Amino acid sequence: MENLERLLADHPFLAGLPKDHLELLVGCASNMKFNAKQYLFREGEEAEKFFIIRSGKVALELYVPGEGAITIQTLGEGEIIGWSWLFPPYRWRFDAQAMEQTLVIALDGKCLRTKCEGDHHLGYQLLKRFTDILEQRLQAMRMQLLDVYKNT
Amino acid sequence: MHVSITSQTMLPHQYRVQRVRQETPDTFTLELHPMSEASAIRFVPGQFNMLYLFGVGEIPISISGDPRKSPTLVHTTRAVGTVTKAMRGLRKGDILGVRGPYGSHWPIASGVGRDIVIIAGGIGLAPLRPTLYSIVADRDKYGRVILLYGSRTPIDILYRRELESWRSRFDLEIYVTVDRALKSWRGDVGVVTHLISKAPFDKQNCLAMICGPEVMMRFAVMELLKRGVPDDRIYISMERNMKCAIGLCGHCQFGSLFVCKDGPVFPYPGVKDLLSKWEI
Ligand SMILES: Cc1cc2nc3c(=O)[nH]c(=O)nc-3n(C[C@H](O)[C@H](O)[C@H](O)COP(=O)(O)OP(=O)(O)OC[C@H]3O[C@@H](n4cnc5c(N)ncnc54)[C@H](O)[C@@H]3O)c2cc1C
Ligand code: FES
Repeated sequence: MENLERLLADHPFLAGLPKDHLELLVGCASNMKFNAKQYLFREGEEAEKFFIIRSGKVALELYVPGEGAITIQTLGEGEIIGWSWLFPPYRWRFDAQAMEQTLVIALDGKCLRTKCEGDHHLGYQLLKRFTDILEQRLQAMRMQLLDVYKNT
Repeated sequence: MHVSITSQTMLPHQYRVQRVRQETPDTFTLELHPMSEASAIRFVPGQFNMLYLFGVGEIPISISGDPRKSPTLVHTTRAVGTVTKAMRGLRKGDILGVRGPYGSHWPIASGVGRDIVIIAGGIGLAPLRPTLYSIVADRDKYGRVILLYGSRTPIDILYRRELESWRSRFDLEIYVTVDRALKSWRGDVGVVTHLISKAPFDKQNCLAMICGPEVMMRFAVMELLKRGVPDDRIYISMERNMKCAIGLCGHCQFGSLFVCKDGPVFPYPGVKDLLSKWEI
C-alpha cells in the first residue's frame, strides 16, 4: 500500500491532491500486469476502472466494419486510460490492448464514484484532472479529423 | 539576405536528373547534378530552389539534401498538382531548370550548446532533413537532439530507412507517430503534438524548429509554449504560392512579409499574429 501511495503521490496527474484524498484513492487502487496482446478492456464492457500506465504501451482500438481494427491512439508510460467510468452508462467505447508487457495502476471506478459522491471536493479535483485529459484528446482528435497531411 | 535583382537571378540553370527515388506512393526524391560547374548551387538548411519543368511550369521546392554534398541537389516533392505530377515522370538523364537558393534558413548556429527539437509533419520533414545532416556532422556541439515526426499513415512515412538508421544511434532521439493505422502497425499512433509533452528536452535551453501543415504548426507551437519553451526559441517554415521568389511580384505576401525573401523560415514571434488568422 505504501508503495502505491508513493506512486500515486508522485504522478503528475494527481499532483497537488491532499494526503487524505490520496489515501482515499489508494483504497481504490491496485497494481495490474498485462502481457502483450492481452486486453485491458473491450468495447461495450462495463467500465469499472481507469488506468495509470507505469510501463509498457497500450493501443486504443476501434472496430470499423470493412476495415477491421483501427488503432486510434497509443499510450505509454505515465499516461491515463479511461474516463467511461465517470459517465453513464459506464461502458467502454473502444478496446484497449497491451502492445507489450504493460504494468498499470488500476483505480476502481465504482469505488471512486461512491467516494466522489460522498466528498464533492475530491469529485471536483478528479473531474478537473479528467477534463484536462479530455481537452487534450479532443484537440488531438480535431487534428486527426482535419487530416492535416492530406493536402500539404 | 540581400538579393541583387538581375536577369541572372531569374535565369534557371540546367540540372540533370541523376537519380529518382519513390519515397511513398505520392512522394519522390530527385537527385540533381549541374550541367556546368559554374552553375553549382551552395545552400544552407531551410532554403529552397525554384524548379522549372520546361513547358509545364515552375515551383518552389525546399532543398532536402546534405549541404556538404554540393553540387548535388536533392529535392523531395509530393505530387499534388500540374507541375509536381508532371515532375514525377522525370527519369535519370532528364533535364530540369533550377534557380536559387532562396530564402532564410534554420538558425542552427543559435542551437549550439542547446537541446535541439525538430518537429516535422508529413512532407515537412524534407526541409528539415538538411538541418539533421548538419547537426549530425557536428554532433558534439549540441545537447540532446530530438526529432518528433508525424505522418498520416505508416506508408506515408518519409525517409524510412534513414529514420531507422538515425534511431539506431545513441545520440539521436527519433520519435515517429502516425495519425491513423491498422492494428498491424506496432509503432505509435496519435498526433505529433502529443509527443511534445513527453519528449525529454530542456525547455529553457532548447531550439525548436517546426515544419508541416499550418494547423499542425499552430498546435505544435501551443504545446511548446505550454511546456514552457520561450517563444523566441521557436522557428517555423511557412509556405505560400510563389512566382518570382525574389521579392518582386508579391505573390507570396504574408501580412507585410514576403515568404520568399523574409522567410520561409521565421522566428515565431515575428509571425504569431499572422499565423492565427485563417487566410492572409
Ligand atoms: C518555400 C516553399 C517550399 C516548398 N517545399 C516543398 C517541398 O520540399 N516539397 C513539396 O512537395 N512541396 C513543397 N512546397 C509546395 C510546392 O511548391 C507546391 O506543392 C507546388 O507548388 C504545387 O504545384 P503544382 O503545380 O503541382 O500544383 P497546383 O496545380 O498549383 O495545385 C494543385 C493542388 O495542390 C494545392 N497546392 C498547391 N500548392 C500547395 C502548397 N504549397 N501547399 C499545399 N497545397 C498546395 C492546390 O491548392 C491545389 O489543390 C513548397 C512551397 C514553398 C512556398
Ligand atoms: S514570390 Fe514574388 S514576391 Fe515572393
